[in-house]
Order: sequence, then structure tokens, then C-alpha cells
Amino acid sequence: MDRLVFLLATGFARGLVIALFALSLVIVWRAARLVNFAQAAVATVAVFAAFAVTGATGSFWAGLAAALVAGAVLNAAVERGLMRRVPSGSPLPGMIVAIGLVMVLQSALGIAFGPRHRPMAAPFDERPFVVGGVPLLSAYDLFVLVVALAVVGLLAWLFNGTSLGLQLRASAAAPEVSRLLGVRVPRMVTLGWALSGAVAALAALLLVPTELGLNAHSADLLFVHAFTVAALGGLDSPTGALVGGVVVGVLVSLVTGYVGAGVAPLAVLALLTLVLLVRPGGIFAAAQVRAA
Amino acid sequence: MTAATSSALAVDGLTVGYAGAPVLDGLRLAVAPGEVVALLGANGAGKTTLLRALSGLTPPRAGRVLLDGADLTALSVEDRARRGLAQVPEGRSVVTELTVDENLRLGALWCHPGRAARRAAVARTYDLFEPLARRRSSLGHQLSGGERQMLALGRALLARPRVLLLDEPSLGLAPRVVAQLMGVLRTTARETGLTVLLAEQNVTSALSIADRGVVLSLGAVVVDAPAPELAGDPALRHAYLGF
Repeated sequence: MDRLVFLLATGFARGLVIALFALSLVIVWRAARLVNFAQAAVATVAVFAAFAVTGATGSFWAGLAAALVAGAVLNAAVERGLMRRVPSGSPLPGMIVAIGLVMVLQSALGIAFGPRHRPMAAPFDERPFVVGGVPLLSAYDLFVLVVALAVVGLLAWLFNGTSLGLQLRASAAAPEVSRLLGVRVPRMVTLGWALSGAVAALAALLLVPTELGLNAHSADLLFVHAFTVAALGGLDSPTGALVGGVVVGVLVSLVTGYVGAGVAPLAVLALLTLVLLVRPGGIFAAAQVRAA
Repeated sequence: MTAATSSALAVDGLTVGYAGAPVLDGLRLAVAPGEVVALLGANGAGKTTLLRALSGLTPPRAGRVLLDGADLTALSVEDRARRGLAQVPEGRSVVTELTVDENLRLGALWCHPGRAARRAAVARTYDLFEPLARRRSSLGHQLSGGERQMLALGRALLARPRVLLLDEPSLGLAPRVVAQLMGVLRTTARETGLTVLLAEQNVTSALSIADRGVVLSLGAVVVDAPAPELAGDPALRHAYLGF
């Protein structure tokens, strides 16, 4: 029973990181109607930037800021330099370009930094608090929890409570009509990519201290998990990303704890297959989206 | 040139389409401030292409578009809209994923800086189109055809445009709704000096509110006459408008 509570709590914290990354996929999808397969590679580059800045300044927070900026700038550059030139009639060309970009970025990281994992220190203690004899969340888990919830709240406010968010949503839903109303749609699309890059970088940065360390493939599994979440929740639904992220996080935690760490990725893929078979549009997708 | 500089909207030598098969062929047109012009012609005559070229959605091969004498040709769609050229495209021009209120706020963004000014402007639109007020939280795709057209028109007017381009606003709507929309257009043009270019298949209702009718055929202006004259001349009607 104690073990179950511990695994659920850890799974919840990990799940929020996955949810953040899935949310970044939802943001790109909403801005450009594209599943950005390069999101993990871009986020990893941003975490390398954070690693360098933290190494130079000794401050985790300076590194965090660097990751956000690097993720935003990189994704904006990807949109301006690459995706804008890709034909937008069908989703396939954009996805293929994104997969190509993954190979380029990961190889470049591999050439520059080699295959070894570089340990990254967490800014808070990673030993769990023990409440009534049951080990629960660590200080770092709590930090991740607060950051993830704050970012989710901030994004909800940005998209639903500000006129910038209104323009972002309108540009994604009806680009031509939005332009006729004076909305600078190309700028909104770039902004959507930048925002998504920052969120993805943040998720990857929060994850790395709890894993082996940083190398070119640090965020690969995070992407697979987040992609499962996006399929589970529907690419269009921020709520779906949040709930789906927690579901996948708890699933991974439980399978790792009771069966073994090697089986966890299989469990996630089994869940993905099941969702795609039963409800290809996603469980949280709007009825009309599913019908289309 | 004087005609072009004193016009609210002037089109000079506008050519769109491929060489050898132009959709618009050196088209010239001038619309005076406050004038309502009905743009008539058969399907494929180039009405929609003309409106899209004016708003910048379809780039022309040659020619110029002037708004109050200022050349718009090099400006983007967004910048033309911000200069006061509004277009309501045919059919589904409501952002269906946004609510009625959000659609209207989007239209008010440039002309009404500040949250309070925007809200007041949107409230005036609800006074003008009462059925929209009851549906302010409905999503665009939940609206009827008439409600959508009201929303599209109300949203375009919120930006206080200098020139309004409308593409087939009466398409698929009940006669009563068409009459209401045309009435709002006529009143707004008279009261605010709004210039309107109205592309319509519904010739009778378009001519009923227009000052002037312009008939397009094969990408060029073939008739340009006062609306009452055009409506009252059976030979003209028969030759160009098919009734």
C-alpha cells in the first residue's frame, strides 16, 4: 500500500512533465496543424544551452532562463527558416522535414558532445519526504509540480484571457479571415512555435535531473510519452494533454515499480496502440473533429 | 488621375491570372466616397477575383489599387485591412472555433484600443444586430446562416472601415434576413460615409440599395450605370443579368 502511494505520487509529478511536453505539441498543432517530431531534439539543444550557462554561472536559474530563450529562438528559427517554405497543403511534408531535422540536430549534438550522459544537478533535494512512514514526493518533485501547474495556468490565461491569445487562436483556426481582420498571421504562427519551443525546453530541463543525465537522446522517451498523450487527449485539447500526461506518468510509474523499468516503454506503446484502435481522434477530441 | 485621387477606391489596369487567360483584364473602376456600388455579372465573370485582388488575397500581375488616393499595391492583406479596407468573403467567414463575442472582439482589435473601448464597440454591434446578442457565447459553428452573415458584417463594421467589400452576402439566406442586412448596409453608408462594393447574384436586392451598378463580363467592366437605370432597362437586364 505504501509502495502504491509512493508510485502514484511520483507518477503524478513525472506525468506533469509529460503533460507540459504534450502541451507544447498541442501549441504547435494549433498554430501550424503539424505534429512537430523535432520538438524533442530542439528541447535537448535548449537543455545543452542551459547546461553550459549553469556551468559558467553556477546558477540553475540562469540555466533555466537560457533553456526557455534557446527553445523559443530555435523553434522560431525552425518555423521561419524551414517550415514556412514547406508546402502546407498536406501534413506529410512538414512531418518529414521535422524528422530530418531530428537527425541533423541529434547527430550534431553527438559529434559535438559525444554519447556520454552528463549528470545534471537538481536545484532542490531529490530525496522524498517521509510522511507517516510513507515516502512521498521530494522537494524537487514539488518544485516540478508547482512549475508545471503555473505554466499550465499561464498558458490558459494567455490563450483565453488576452487579445494576443485571441489572435493566436484565430490565426490557427482561420488564417485567411484573420488576415482580412488585420491580424498579422505569419507573426502569430512564429510566436506559437516560439512559445511551444520554450515550453518543451522547460519540460526537458525539468526531466533531465531525474534521469541518467544529459545527452543527445535525453528527451526521446519524453517525446514518445508526450506523443502518446497527444494521441490520447487529442492534439487540439490542452485539457486532454494535462489529464493524458498524468495518466501516462502514473502508468509508467506503476509498471516500472511493479514489473520493471524495461517494460514501461512497452506499456506506453500498448496504450498508444489501444487508443489509436479504439478512438483515433483522441479521447478528449471534440465530436466534430473526430468525425472529420 | 483626378478621378482616382478623389475616389475612396480606385482600380487602375488591374490584371489577374495567367498570360493568355486573364481572369481580370486591365480592369478600371472608381468608387466615390460614400457610394454603394453593386458589382454584378454571371458566375466566373471575375467578381470574387476582383474583391480578392483588392484585399490582397490574390496578387495581381499588373495594375494598381488606390484607397483614398494612396497606393495599396505593395501592402500585405493585414496592412490593407488596418488602412481601412474590409472584406467579408463569401460563405464561411466566421471563425467557427471562436464564440460570437470573440469573433466581434477580433474585429474591434485595431480600431478600438483598450479593453473598455472594445467592449463598448462590441455592445453597439449587439444593438445593431439583436439576434447576435442572445448568442454571444455560442461558437461560430452553432449559428444559422443568417446569424453568421450578421456576425461577419457586424465584425467588419467594427473595424470602422473606409471601404467595405462584400462577396455574395445574400447567398442561401431567407429574403427577410437579406432585407435586414441590406437595410443595415444602406443606413451605415448614409450615416457614416462608408463606401461599399457589393458583389451579388441577387441583382434585385443589390440594385435596390446601390447608387450605381457595374457589370463585369470576362474580367472587364461592360456596363457602368446608375442603379435605377440598370434596374429599369429591360434590354440591359436581359443582355447582362439574365432576367
